[in-house]
Amino acid sequence: MNWSLPENIATFGGRIDAVFWVITIVTAIAFVLVEVGIVWFCIKYRQREGHRAFYTHGSKSLEVLWTAVPALAMVALGIYSADVWAYIKYRDAAPAESLHIGVRAKQFEWNIAYAGADEVLGTSDDFTLRNQLHFPAHQPILIWLEAEDVLHSFFIPQLRVKQDAVPGMTIPVWFEATRSGEFQIGCAELCGLGHYRMRARVTIHEPEEYERWLVEQIASHAVASAVPDDTESASEPEPTAHEHTESGM
Amino acid sequence: MATIVAEPTGIPVMEERHEMSFVRKYVFSTDHKVIGIQFLFLSLFFLFVGGFLAMMMRWQLAWPGRALPFGGLFPEAMAPDGIMLPEFYNSLMTMHGTFMVFFAIMLLLVGVYANYLIPLQIGAPDMAFPRLNMASFWLAVPAGVIALASFAVEGGAAGAGWTSYAPLSATPEMSGVSLGQQMWIVSLVFLGLSSILGSTNYITTVINMRAPGMTWTRLPLTVWALFVTAILALLAMPVLSGALIMLLFDQTIGTHFFLPETGGQPLLWQHLFWFFGHPEVYILILPAMGFASEILSNGSRKPVFGYMAMVGAIVGIAFLGFIVWGHHMFMSGMNPVLGTSFMISTLVIAVPSAIKTFNWMGTMWRGNLHFHTPMLFAIGFVMLFVIGGLSGIYMASTPFDMFIHDTYFIVAHIHYVLFGGALFGIFAAIYYWFPKMFGRMMSERWGKIHFGLTFIFFNLAFFPMHSQGLAGMMRRLYDTSGYTHTADLQGTHVFITIAAFALFASGAIFAVNFFWSLARGPKAPANPWNATTLEWQTPSPPRHGNWEQAPVVYHGPHEYSHPDVTDKDWLAQNERPDVVSPAGH
Amino acid sequence: MEAHAMPYYGGRTPETGLAVYTQKVGMWVFLCSEVMFFTGLIGSYIILRFGASETWPQPGEILNIPVTAINTFILICSSVTMVKAFAASEMGDKRGTRLFTLATAVIGATFLGVQIYEYSELLSHGFGPWSGLYGSTFYTMTGFHGFHVFSGVVCMTWATVKAFRGGYDNGNYQGLEVLGLYWHFVDLVWIILFTIVYLI
Ligand code: HEA
Ligand code: HEA
Ligand code: CUA
Ligand SMILES: [Cu+2]
Repeated sequence: MNWSLPENIATFGGRIDAVFWVITIVTAIAFVLVEVGIVWFCIKYRQREGHRAFYTHGSKSLEVLWTAVPALAMVALGIYSADVWAYIKYRDAAPAESLHIGVRAKQFEWNIAYAGADEVLGTSDDFTLRNQLHFPAHQPILIWLEAEDVLHSFFIPQLRVKQDAVPGMTIPVWFEATRSGEFQIGCAELCGLGHYRMRARVTIHEPEEYERWLVEQIASHAVASAVPDDTESASEPEPTAHEHTESGM
Repeated sequence: MATIVAEPTGIPVMEERHEMSFVRKYVFSTDHKVIGIQFLFLSLFFLFVGGFLAMMMRWQLAWPGRALPFGGLFPEAMAPDGIMLPEFYNSLMTMHGTFMVFFAIMLLLVGVYANYLIPLQIGAPDMAFPRLNMASFWLAVPAGVIALASFAVEGGAAGAGWTSYAPLSATPEMSGVSLGQQMWIVSLVFLGLSSILGSTNYITTVINMRAPGMTWTRLPLTVWALFVTAILALLAMPVLSGALIMLLFDQTIGTHFFLPETGGQPLLWQHLFWFFGHPEVYILILPAMGFASEILSNGSRKPVFGYMAMVGAIVGIAFLGFIVWGHHMFMSGMNPVLGTSFMISTLVIAVPSAIKTFNWMGTMWRGNLHFHTPMLFAIGFVMLFVIGGLSGIYMASTPFDMFIHDTYFIVAHIHYVLFGGALFGIFAAIYYWFPKMFGRMMSERWGKIHFGLTFIFFNLAFFPMHSQGLAGMMRRLYDTSGYTHTADLQGTHVFITIAAFALFASGAIFAVNFFWSLARGPKAPANPWNATTLEWQTPSPPRHGNWEQAPVVYHGPHEYSHPDVTDKDWLAQNERPDVVSPAGH
Repeated sequence: MEAHAMPYYGGRTPETGLAVYTQKVGMWVFLCSEVMFFTGLIGSYIILRFGASETWPQPGEILNIPVTAINTFILICSSVTMVKAFAASEMGDKRGTRLFTLATAVIGATFLGVQIYEYSELLSHGFGPWSGLYGSTFYTMTGFHGFHVFSGVVCMTWATVKAFRGGYDNGNYQGLEVLGLYWHFVDLVWIILFTIVYLI
């Protein structure tokens, strides 16, 4: 049973999980110190007849100690985290050679825009798939994240990446996968009654396999550009409010 | 000799002794004690309601799509043939958070105890503005009624979460809730007004109505906590009110504050909400910290360890509380550079909290621990608040928050700080001050049973949520079973739900004990806990006007086991020195 | 470990509380809350305006500045009369008290009248709260200020009646002083609003 972090397939995932373990060590020390201390005191200093509590108003030196130590710990943790954060999230963090993909969220689906033959996003020959995100492993991907109606949040647990999609904003999100496979995009921001089922299939290909897939798609869309909702066929079936068994995708 | 209680000294109280009708006495009363008790019943009712909504949510989470027990009683719009609809789940989740935060915990901490305790503990006859005080209660009642009524209206109750992020909350077409959302707003505007009036009253009272000798460094920590809390509410609430009204206008008269089409900014709502919201969460913990400090000191028969450090920590937490709101918005699209600075300020808050935690332990150290029910809950408070606080560190660290934001890890944090923290502090306070409020004792035996069961089932119910969150399970999901990476966690949901039901049941034990003692409990002496603060030096319950003679204060607030006092292990704040130690100082 | 940390105060009981009377403290505290309320509104205005600076109308493009300038002057006058009313009652000048409380109430009401006129003009030109961000912020901020003035006028009318009944005679000036604090605050807020909404 997966009681903790899911498999990590992001190049920067290791650094995030390292932060997790560092924090776990710091907090575990504090946790044991406090909980064990309290239980111990409860036993050692429980009421005894004729016994009288030790009268004191505190200790300057102790105050300084338990102010300084956590302060240092926190500042250190802050500096450490800030570094990782900057590497992943800062607006200009994405590597230059990234592959650009457009993601537009709306109630309750993810519309993914791919560059067409000209390999630039935002041109007439782009094609869009509904709830289908395909990209190659071993190459940085740069998502241009947008929302149409309300807030949504782009979340791929195994890639350790999450970013809210905000109407009126275009937010860059980058990551690089270390292996191919099938995953899911989840919507992590409450967006209405369909929030719980706002998912998309993520297919990470090996690079050459991805090239093949891309060529097919470009071809089929060139043909089908007359037929409007060909993209529908590619999408997962929409479960209704009552339908709860679902193809594991 | 030194057992004298409330030595008749100092100025006699100026008081109006006139017979009052039942209505003036118990309904539209201006007596801070009566108002406090009115708030107590109001907020316990909402605690019950909030808990009940949670039970329905738990049912759906454990057994998605299975008909609720008595589900048939619900109208089609909520649960056709007993099966909860997603929109109804969203309303439950939203109103659960709203009721618990605004109507249960906030009213219990501030409405009840600031009202009841401040005048008694500082030796004042009443609040500075008794009529204003009454107004603040009678604003809270309609607020609650409106919020409850919103379940009955077309489209159901608000469903955009207790944080009501725009644009979802501002556009009925997208949320499917119109009137309900507006009632949610109006209700909170009323509540905000109520708490602003209340805070004005508390602050003024503490500043100007302290008894002779009640210097700032002799204030009980409870009063310090409530005083600082009132300042937080005074400064944070109006910002929420303003934001709420903008949101209401966006829905009703066509303004565009939070709607992007014409340049409005969805993130502005989040900034305004959390500028209020984070101070709010400290409003929900500081008073509980005050109770814990005082009760731990009483139970340990020792002065509070590091009184000045404790006061400093309260002030520090309050100040920092105003500059960390961005930690709720790390993933919101806010500039990540800002995120870094908010991370640092957030982590720094661990420091004053550390000071408090270790001073609580210092208070117990080498004490003479009496484990009465309030003491048990106070110890439970420290043990559980620390867990909630430490989980806060994971979320404060921006890179890791990227993973756990909006997962059940957050839900675990919420409940460890709000239930394990605030509510445990409140239970401690209820058991501790019940004798003073009602002149009767609560059953210690059942109190201890209540503590044991609550402590166990609370941890069983909420600790597993950390694990669910780490596994990547998202919050606010009507049905979590659709995600492959958490598909095999359904079992943990069932486990949590069963624990939650048991937790609710242990709440019922408390309810029975509470009401039974109200009617049948043994008569309480003036000072059942041998406590030092002023409220215990007057009969239980205190008379209208609180004192026969205004007390004069000679000692610090928590003088237990003072070496010069040989015949007992406590020294009331108003005991005349010459009475206590002939030697004198 | 410093034991025996001053448990006793040698029988002496130091004075507590401020020298200021309670109602005044209360009003100061309440005004802090009011400050935060308008800070929220004005802050939002600034953020929204910088977010949409290119589409933002020029000063005077929509609003009629001269009229409002006069109105601002009117409101300032009411503050002057407010001060005089307080001073009069402090000095036990019955006539002055009545005259100036009345004046303050009337001038305050005049300000509201002009604001209503301004609104109706703007609305008749189709500029309403729904007219983009500018309309939203303009009506919300000036509207809430107007509401504060209205509350003030209600209180002043009540105070005027009280004054004519001799309620503020023989040195009983505290009511007016407290009311004055509120009045001046509302006045001050207007000067800020006028500057950022109309002039800049
Ligand atoms: C009583 C309420 C309360 C309290 C006291 C706190 C306390 C803290 N909270 Fe919490 N918080 C909430 C209520 C509260 N919170 C709620 C309701 C939400 C969810 C809102 C929503 O989205 O619905 C939330 C969400 C929340 C988030 C947003 C998470 C997200 O949505 O992604 C963050 C992020 O930083 C955070 C951090 C903290 C921190 C750092 C503290 C600190 O104050 C904790 C400090 C305490 C300790 C650290 C423990 C004691 C100290 C020691 C034992 C010393 C040794 C320790 C160290 C050296 C580390 N909280
Ligand atoms: C103080 C605050 C508080 C408290 C006490 C609780 C108590 C509980 N909460 Fe709470 N919860 C929140 C605050 C609180 N919650 C908030 C702020 C959210 C976020 C909402 C959002 O996402 O918008 C949340 C969200 C939330 C979720 C996540 C929903 C989702 O994301 O989809 C869940 C799920 O299990 C949950 C469960 C519970 C349970 C089982 C309890 C149980 O502990 C309940 C146990 C029962 C009681 C405490 C009542 C017993 C007391 C009595 C019977 C009183 C006696 C009565 C009289 C004397 C008259 N809560
Ligand atoms: Cu989209 Cu939740
Ligand atoms: Cu916070």
